[in-house]
Amino acid sequence: MSSNLLNATIGELQKLLESGKVSSVELNQQFVDHIEKHNSEVNAFIFVDKDFILEQAKASDERRSSSSLLSSLDGIPIAIKNNIAIEDQRLTCGSHILENFVSPYDATVTTRLKQQGMVLYSGLNMDEFAMGSTTESSYFGATSNPWNTERSPGGSSGGSSASVAARFVPVSLGSDTGGSIRQPGAFCGVYGLKPTYGQVSRYGLVAFASSLDQIGPLSHSVEDCAKVLDIIAGHDERDSSSYPTLDINYLQEIQNLEDYRPRIGIPKEYFAHDIDPEAAKAIDAVIDFYKTKGCEVKDITLPNTDLALSTYYIIATAEASSNLARFDGIRYTHRSGEAKNIMDTYFMSRGEGFGEEVTRRVILGTFALSSGYHDAYYSKAQKVRTLIRRDFETAFEDIDLVLTPTAPTPAFKKGENADDPLMVYLNDIFTIPVNLAGLPGLSVPCGFTQTGLPLSYQLIAPYFKEEHLLKTAKLFEDAHDYHNQHPQF
Amino acid sequence: MNKFEPVIGLEVHVQLSTESKMFTNAPYYFGAEPNTLTNAVVMGMPGTLPVLNKRAIEKTIQVGLLLDCEIPRQSKWDRKHYFYPDMPKNYQISQYDQPLCVGGEVEIELEGESRNVMGPHRYVKLTRIHLEEDVGKLTHLGDISVVDYNRAGAPLIEIVTEPDIYSPEEAYAFLTSLRSTLQAAGISDCDMEKGQLRCDANISVKPVGSAKLGTKVELKNLNSITGVRNGIAYEIDRQTRDILAGGTITQETRRWDADAEMTYVMRTKEEAHDYRYMPDPDLMPVIITDEWKAELAKGLAEKPFDRQRRYMDTLDLPYTITSVLCQEPELCTFFEETLTIHKNAKAIANFLVNDIQREIAEASHDEDQKVLADFAITPGILAELVALVDKGTISNQIAKEILPEIIKNGKSPATLVKEKGLEQSSDSGELELICQDAIDNNPKPVAEFKAGKEPAINALKGQVMKATRGKANPKMVDDILRKLLS
Repeated sequence: MSSNLLNATIGELQKLLESGKVSSVELNQQFVDHIEKHNSEVNAFIFVDKDFILEQAKASDERRSSSSLLSSLDGIPIAIKNNIAIEDQRLTCGSHILENFVSPYDATVTTRLKQQGMVLYSGLNMDEFAMGSTTESSYFGATSNPWNTERSPGGSSGGSSASVAARFVPVSLGSDTGGSIRQPGAFCGVYGLKPTYGQVSRYGLVAFASSLDQIGPLSHSVEDCAKVLDIIAGHDERDSSSYPTLDINYLQEIQNLEDYRPRIGIPKEYFAHDIDPEAAKAIDAVIDFYKTKGCEVKDITLPNTDLALSTYYIIATAEASSNLARFDGIRYTHRSGEAKNIMDTYFMSRGEGFGEEVTRRVILGTFALSSGYHDAYYSKAQKVRTLIRRDFETAFEDIDLVLTPTAPTPAFKKGENADDPLMVYLNDIFTIPVNLAGLPGLSVPCGFTQTGLPLSYQLIAPYFKEEHLLKTAKLFEDAHDYHNQHPQF
Repeated sequence: MNKFEPVIGLEVHVQLSTESKMFTNAPYYFGAEPNTLTNAVVMGMPGTLPVLNKRAIEKTIQVGLLLDCEIPRQSKWDRKHYFYPDMPKNYQISQYDQPLCVGGEVEIELEGESRNVMGPHRYVKLTRIHLEEDVGKLTHLGDISVVDYNRAGAPLIEIVTEPDIYSPEEAYAFLTSLRSTLQAAGISDCDMEKGQLRCDANISVKPVGSAKLGTKVELKNLNSITGVRNGIAYEIDRQTRDILAGGTITQETRRWDADAEMTYVMRTKEEAHDYRYMPDPDLMPVIITDEWKAELAKGLAEKPFDRQRRYMDTLDLPYTITSVLCQEPELCTFFEETLTIHKNAKAIANFLVNDIQREIAEASHDEDQKVLADFAITPGILAELVALVDKGTISNQIAKEILPEIIKNGKSPATLVKEKGLEQSSDSGELELICQDAIDNNPKPVAEFKAGKEPAINALKGQVMKATRGKANPKMVDDILRKLLS
């Protein structure tokens, strides 16, 4: 039963708890044992607060015995990327500068999960301040891909994807600024959803690039993804960019798909790139599947796609340089012991506290905003961003969804591009336009390479049409078994 | 001979009196224990986000409406970056290219021919008014520095003038006019001691008549209204002297030292910050609809100069009284309420501007400034007192004597007059005896009066008033004395 439980979906775990065959403490203890046994191989967690986990499970069991459950998800585990605030838990963001920072407050998503009685696992590993596509820039060591520990789990939410793939937890939360949920989801063979910008509150998510960041779930099944989205989506008065709550239940939406046949667009610009042959073959099979299902599939064009990467690296780094200014060695961050005056405190604390990739991006962003360069870079990038958004808006006049690869390749070897940040940046070429446009995107597992690495495709929907992503993915999931595969430990 | 003339622009920061801070619900008020008016947002904790304080936006729009600014339909928020420990995020949320108010003007009064005559008025042009968050307060204690973040995030408006001020006196007049306008409208208490109003000045000098502006110097730390006048005067003098001595003016920021009465360099142009302004992605632009603007225009206070003109024109109050009264919105409100009960504007205004203001000043100390509301007197009580004088029940003299007590304990003047037996004596028989006594005992003024020296009668009146302890009706005393002396 033990391995069954670890491989179970949220729905199966809910049934187990309801039947009384297992308590929340027993259930969570099994996940904790599994983590303690194997985290050293994967490094999905920076830290594991066992007492914190089991106390929540105990409280859930007490609610169950007094018939005061908070929801049907009461007692179910969920792990949280370590850039989302949980009160009294360390909030490191994978960085030395916040190594010992303990959050004094809960993020809005954290509050919402707690209100459901879910058992939170803190400390998921990530690229430092979510800057990266490999989880190698974490101050706390790289995360490994559970399917092949020589390989990267993707990033920046590598801890979130690896923990779900390794069955450390049934579901997790990540954050996605340029693909940081979808690409690691693809590399680890799990679902990864980036909701529409404004769908999920960013309050309590440590900002990387505020106009691009969104929190979303990574899971084994479309249904699990929908369940978590139902909890975390909705308006939050503490986040001015959050959208009014929609009257929709995503779990309900995916129940009956008999008559659901979406119109799918295939953007030619995304297939003009070098795509790994095995990945390309898998995508072709997915397109054939939808055609066979009776979906209308047509070629579309998103002409400004090639401008997305450079636009992204100006806007994201500019916002990051501003957002990361608060980490200065004055109040709560690492402060250099060597500093003798105020300027030293800034230079040395930040110099010691930030890693190479973060430093690179802060410098880039500071430059892009500097007097004399602001118009040429930042202002121009904002204009191009509008063009990219319009490409999608035009395309969505005739279709319900766009289908693309999630990444050009399956999981690469760790350290493969350590000397070439541009190569790593290129890996996000299919996910970045979605953030720039603010659209929702989902990565869906769709097979394996001959060497056993997961493959994936990406679905993109119009604003606040997450149900299209989930329903279309569910059509595929119902006819395939890829999502039920799991790596061996 | 001074062949140079100054051109001055002011940047005035005013803290808005709102219950909570600009971007979070933490409270703000002056004088709390250090670092008690903070929360995760104020401290710039990772992951926190700002949300707009609607009341602060409304107050700023009201300032704009008061000062005849244009209120654009859309206004947005920008981040202004620089590293300093008083600013938790190391950027200040401000407004760069789309402020809430554009243009506008402030009416000022220049010095008149004498103190009793209204001086000429003119309008100083404004560039803009924007809303931003205040920073904390850094204090240096020997070799350590401490920060109090109570003030951080308090709503602050910046009012920027055009280079349209031409003397230290005009700068002084601008600030006093702006202050009383904002106080009257309930925008801010504008207490410079508490940092609620702060002023920087951009000053340059140019040869008289030249169209080209000289190099400007920014002057900071002008912490009082007289400091603004003295600092600017010093700086104009310094620049003029430097130029006359063959030097050139450097574009720089200087600091006014009020104790040393001089300015010195803070930073040069090369050391100026590059603020790297960027639209704040955490905040949406504000759309100001015509309906909202109209709603805010409804509750707008009367401007002090408008009020002064109304008092002079319709109530026939003298300039000297109104120029004091209209600087004090609290007195004006009290005045107008009293006037609804008893219609003697001059007497009421006189009591307020002279007697009552003196009592307030006497009860105030450096640390404890009093306002009218701290006293027991009400408009009803003042109206009653003035009515007693007007009816002839007591003399003006008696009214002034009992006023301090009434101000403090709020007792009914009529009751007090009765208790103390202070009613004006109108018994002509008794008064005649007292007048005759005064004539008998003061032969010198009697002789002088009879010799045609009219004012000599005042000495006799004084004797009568003294003998009656001020209770005698002055009109009757005058009549009786003249009758007895004729």
